[in-house]
Amino acid sequence: MSDPSQPNLLEVEDLWVRFPTRSGVFDAVRGISFSLGKERLGIVGESGSGKSMTGRAILRLIRKPGRVEAKRISLEGRDLMPLSEKEMRAVRGYQISMIMQDPKFSLNPVLKVGQQIMEAYQVHTKGSNAEARQKTLDMLEAVAIRDPERVFNAYPHEMSGGMGQRVMIAMMMIPDPKILIADEPTSALDVSVQTQVLDIMDKLVRERGMGLIFISHDLNLVASFCDRVLIMYGGRIVEVCDADKLHEAKHPYTRGLLNSLPQLDKPCDKLEVLKRDPAWRDEPSVSGVL
Amino acid sequence: MSGIILKDLDVWFGQGANRVDAVKNANFAVPLGESFGLVGESGSGKSTILRAITGLAETWSGTIIIDGKTLGHKRDSEFYKTVQMVFQDPYASLHPRHTVDQVLSETLSLHGFDDIENRIDKLLLDVGLGPSFRFRYPHQLSGGQRQRVAIARALAPEPRILLLDEPTSALDVSVQAEILNLLTDLRAQRGLTFLMVSHDLSVVSHMCSRMAVMQNGYIVEILSVEDMRGQNASHPYTRHLLASSLGFTSSEAAQ
Ligand SMILES: Nc1ncnc2c1ncn2[C@@H]1O[C@H](COP(=O)(O)OP(=O)(O)OP(=O)(O)O)[C@@H](O)[C@H]1O
Ligand SMILES: Nc1ncnc2c1ncn2[C@@H]1O[C@H](COP(=O)(O)OP(=O)(O)OP(=O)(O)O)[C@@H](O)[C@H]1O
Ligand SMILES: [Mg+2]
Ligand SMILES: [Mg+2]
Repeated sequence: MSDPSQPNLLEVEDLWVRFPTRSGVFDAVRGISFSLGKERLGIVGESGSGKSMTGRAILRLIRKPGRVEAKRISLEGRDLMPLSEKEMRAVRGYQISMIMQDPKFSLNPVLKVGQQIMEAYQVHTKGSNAEARQKTLDMLEAVAIRDPERVFNAYPHEMSGGMGQRVMIAMMMIPDPKILIADEPTSALDVSVQTQVLDIMDKLVRERGMGLIFISHDLNLVASFCDRVLIMYGGRIVEVCDADKLHEAKHPYTRGLLNSLPQLDKPCDKLEVLKRDPAWRDEPSVSGVL
Repeated sequence: MSGIILKDLDVWFGQGANRVDAVKNANFAVPLGESFGLVGESGSGKSTILRAITGLAETWSGTIIIDGKTLGHKRDSEFYKTVQMVFQDPYASLHPRHTVDQVLSETLSLHGFDDIENRIDKLLLDVGLGPSFRFRYPHQLSGGQRQRVAIARALAPEPRILLLDEPTSALDVSVQAEILNLLTDLRAQRGLTFLMVSHDLSVVSHMCSRMAVMQNGYIVEILSVEDMRGQNASHPYTRHLLASSLGFTSSEAAQ
C-alpha cells in the first residue's frame, strides 16, 4: 500500500497534451495532476480518454505536431520539463520505462527478439554479452515463455500476440527502472500467464520500491491488482479511488463502465451500454495527488 | 449444415530442427449460425487455426471444410466473400499510410460493391465511429478506434462467416459492450457463423454456445457455455483457467 509519509517518485501538475488539427487544437489530455509513490497506480477509462497520451507525455514521447505542456513533471524532485532531448534519453528506459500498448509495432521487425532485449539491458549496464544473454533468457522465462531459447532466436512476426507482449514486458523490466508505465500490458495474455506476469510487477513494487502506472481496460483486474485508480474521461480525471473500492465508485461514468462488463456467473442477452453525458466533459479534473 | 469443420488439422512453421508444431490434431465442427469459441494458453495455436482457415498459414495437413466446400491450399476471392477475419493486432492490420476512407473504399470496390459513399458512412456508424473519423490515418486513432475500423473492414464484404481473433481485447469495456452487442445483432439478422478467439472467459461465454480449450497446440477439451459458467470442466488446465479468471491474488498473499 502507498504510504503518504514516503516522498513521491513522480509528481505531475497540470498536464496538457495538445494536437493542432485542421479544425483547431485537439486537447487529448486537459490539465490533470497526480502523484505516484511506491505503489501500483491504475489508470482506467474509455477508449480515447487520454490514458496512453498521459503515459507517453511523461516520457515526452508525443509525436509532432503534438505537444506536452505542464507546470511540472518531477521525478524524485527533479523537474523533467526543462530537460533537453539528450537528457530525456537518459531518463527513458533507465529511470522510467514504458511498455507500449502496441508491442509488435514497438519491436524492430528485422532483429531477433533476444538481441533486442539484450540491447535494452546493455544500454544502461556495461555487462558482457554472455551475461546479457543469460539475463535475457532468465527474463523470458520469468514472463512464462515456454521455450526461451527458441523465442530468443525468433523474429517478432514469429510470435503469437501474447508472446510479443511478454517480450516487450521483459525488455522494459530488464533495465530495472524506478518507474514502469505499463500500457495495457496484459491485454493479450490468457488469465494464467497474466497472473504470472503481474506477479513479477507486483514483486518489483513490493521488494524494490518501483512505482507502477498500470493502464488497463480491465476493471476487475485493476480492482484486484492496484492500490489506487484514476478514472479518465475526455482527457480529465473524473474520479479517484482506492482500487479495492472501485466497485463502489460513485461517478455515473465509472458505474457505466462497471455495468458494461459481461460476467461469467450472470448471463444476459444484451450488455449494458454506457450513456455518456456531455456535462462530464466540463467537470473540473479531480486531483490524483497524494 | 456445418459452417466450419476441421478434421485432424496439423499446422506447423519451419522445417527440420526449426520446425514448430503450432496446432496438433485439431477437430471440431461449427454448425452454420453458431458461435464457437477458442480459449487457452498464450501461444497455444488459437490464431494459427484461424490463419490456416484464411490461407495465411500455408503449411498444414488434415481437412478444412467451409460452408460445405473442402479447402485446398489456395483461396479464391469467392472464399473471402464468405469468410472474413478480424485480426488480433489492430496496429499491424491497418496500413499506416491509408486513411480510414481508403481502407474501406478499397475493400468495397475489391468486392464489387457500388454506392461506396453511403456504405462507408453506414459501416462507420455500425461500429460506433462518426463521419469525422473518415479521413484519419491509423496513427491519429486510439487503439480502440483502430479496432473498430478493422471490424468495419471485415463487415464490408458482408461475409457469412467471421473469424474473430481477440476482437475486443484492445477495446475499453464500454466499446467492448457496443461491439459485442453489434456482433450479436449482426449474427441474428444475417445468420452469421462466428469462430472467436478470446482469453476473456466472460466474453467468450457471453458470445459462444460452445468452446474449445487449447494448451500447447492441442485442444484439451470442448465444453458448453453452461459447463463453463457452472465451473464444470473436466481437464485440469480448464479448471486452472477458470480459477485464474477470478482476479489477481498476489502469490505472497496466497501463501
Ligand atoms: N496525432 C494525433 N492527432 C490527433 N488526435 C490524436 C492524435 N493521437 C491521438 N489522438 C487522440 O487523442 C485521444 C487520446 O488518445 P489515447 O491514445 O491517449 O487514448 P487511450 O485512452 O489510450 O485510448 P485506448 O484505450 O483506445 O488506447 C484520442 O481521442 C485520439 O484520437
Ligand atoms: N510465422 C511463424 N513462424 C514461426 N512460428 C510461429 C509463426 N507464427 C506463430 N508461430 C508459433 O506458433 C505458436 C502458436 O502461435 P499462435 O499465434 O497461434 O498462438 P495463440 O494461441 O494465438 O497465442 P496468443 O493468445 O498469445 O495470441 C507459437 O509458439 C508461435 O511462436
Ligand atoms: Mg491507449
Ligand atoms: Mg493469438
